[in-house]
Amino acid sequence: MLDHKEDLAVGTFSGNRGLDQEEPPIFEIGRPETSGVDMEEPAHFEPRLGGLERERPIGLPGVSEPEAMRHYVRLSRKNYSIDAGLYPLGSCTMKHNPRLNEKMARLEGFADIHPLQPQSTAPGALALMEELSRWLLALTGMSAIALSPKAGAHGELCGLMAIEAALEARGEAETRKTILIPQSAHGTNPASAALLGFRPRAIEAGADGVVSEEAVAKELGPDVAAIMLTNPNTCGLFERNVVAIARRVHEAGGYFYCDGANFNAIAAIARPGDMGVDAMHLNLHKTFSTPHGGGGPGSGPVVLSERLAPFAPVPFLSRDGETIRLVEHREGAQSFGRLTAFHGQFGSFVRALAYILSHGSDGLAQASRDAVLSANYLRAALRDVMTQPFGDRACMHEVLFDDAFLEGTGVTTLDFAKAMIDEGYHPMTIYFPLVVHGAMLIEPTESESKRSLDLFVATLRDLVASAKRGETDRFTRAPRLAPRRRLDETAAARKPVLRWSGA
Amino acid sequence: MSGERYTKDHDFLRVEGDAAIVGITDFAQAQLGDIVFVELPAPGKRVAKGEQLATIESVKAASEVYAPVSGEVLEVNAALEAAPAKVNEDPLGEGWLVKLRVTDAAELEELMDEDAYRAFLESEG
Repeated sequence: MLDHKEDLAVGTFSGNRGLDQEEPPIFEIGRPETSGVDMEEPAHFEPRLGGLERERPIGLPGVSEPEAMRHYVRLSRKNYSIDAGLYPLGSCTMKHNPRLNEKMARLEGFADIHPLQPQSTAPGALALMEELSRWLLALTGMSAIALSPKAGAHGELCGLMAIEAALEARGEAETRKTILIPQSAHGTNPASAALLGFRPRAIEAGADGVVSEEAVAKELGPDVAAIMLTNPNTCGLFERNVVAIARRVHEAGGYFYCDGANFNAIAAIARPGDMGVDAMHLNLHKTFSTPHGGGGPGSGPVVLSERLAPFAPVPFLSRDGETIRLVEHREGAQSFGRLTAFHGQFGSFVRALAYILSHGSDGLAQASRDAVLSANYLRAALRDVMTQPFGDRACMHEVLFDDAFLEGTGVTTLDFAKAMIDEGYHPMTIYFPLVVHGAMLIEPTESESKRSLDLFVATLRDLVASAKRGETDRFTRAPRLAPRRRLDETAAARKPVLRWSGA
Repeated sequence: MSGERYTKDHDFLRVEGDAAIVGITDFAQAQLGDIVFVELPAPGKRVAKGEQLATIESVKAASEVYAPVSGEVLEVNAALEAAPAKVNEDPLGEGWLVKLRVTDAAELEELMDEDAYRAFLESEG
């Protein structure tokens, strides 16, 4: 047991702490004369750059191969990853990426193709995209799909552009400019709406943490283009009035955009199409385990209802007998046009389909149930010592606590999160959703064992007990055992130093 | 005139002799959540009513504090630089922001008294 009163920042001669090696920026290691490769001095030549030749050395650090290798390996060892431990940020950042997905993505026929090669030379790739599309449409109960969006927020933009095109076709693009968004929404929702010239208007959730039919109904009118609703919402609760809300929105002439960020709680169990959704993005990294968070590109395919299907962006897939074709141009259709160059993140499509096929629909349903079970296991194991903002009721794949249990301890949510680092855990999402004071949002995901969850619970319980005993130092001075101590996050944001300016 | 005066932006002002102490209300600090940074003006700065006076950054958002009345900054609460959480703990007391010399006393009359502010809070829901 650590003595929490003692400062554990051990001073060593080398700056290393055991096998945790201190590592300076590469600019402080490199010397211009050092290189991993011996290059001969070039023979004299006349530059033909028309006076645009570089006048001074570029100043890049020169390092040998072992220096470069050690630099990045040492930095990587300071990182925390899902491959190293439980990651309570959950699928928002990274969930377990089955290695089978990676193996499939590295198959030559998938890995070595190029978006500019003729379509006729890559029929397998097109067949894979069609198969993935079929699965995503079946799982969501929707009519059309755009694979090209590059991430969730890009998908929001895509869905809203389809809504805008549909309103234009109805002649209401100028009058319907309002988009209703609950206060607990991801910040990207109002940002996407504003980017397209819509006006976001907040709607309040009830004391039970979900949006009521009445709260939506009183905001509806001829100015409303759409509602953007996340289901399950960011408080980890299922929006149980969703069907009635969708009906009201449709009756008032609006569309229903669903932020599909939390689809991983309901995949293969409930279909957004049955809830009345008109457009929804799917974060492939969240529900279908593709890499994310520094490890891989985002991918946010958008599914559309029958009403919005005609406005889907190009390119889209079209089948003629045995031939699958990527339709690249609008060809007189009502499509709102092109969202990206090429067709989206193909590598993520391979991984997502590998995940889907290796699970099957029954396996996907089990993954959803296990994610919900894990979150509720944590909720049940912590509810007597931590506090829930909306009462003690079942959550979906995320469990949300507030900071009421810390009241009077002198410990804030931020301090609590930092103390978790000393215990070897990456902190959970904190201070989001904004509607909950000192929020702590934990998503254990479907892949944690009971043993792993039990150790996490025991750790949090110990931290809570410690805070209540008044061991404030363990929190306010944390982290003490990480490669760096508490950073000045405010100064980093307000006065960022973005350029190395000498040692 | 005694007691606190309030603005619709949830700032308070307390007259002390020729000067006025300005800060944010308990409602405002609760809405902001844990405050991590307070940026205060330089003493001597003159501000017109409604001009930006300070910036408060919380774990949720960065918000501006606008001058409730015109005046000249006499003093700022330097203790907040090291301990911005004082604004959460004691917004009307140790968490005060700026001491102003009020240049137009008539502007004080435009602010709400405590009862009016309470009614305003209730009307805002």
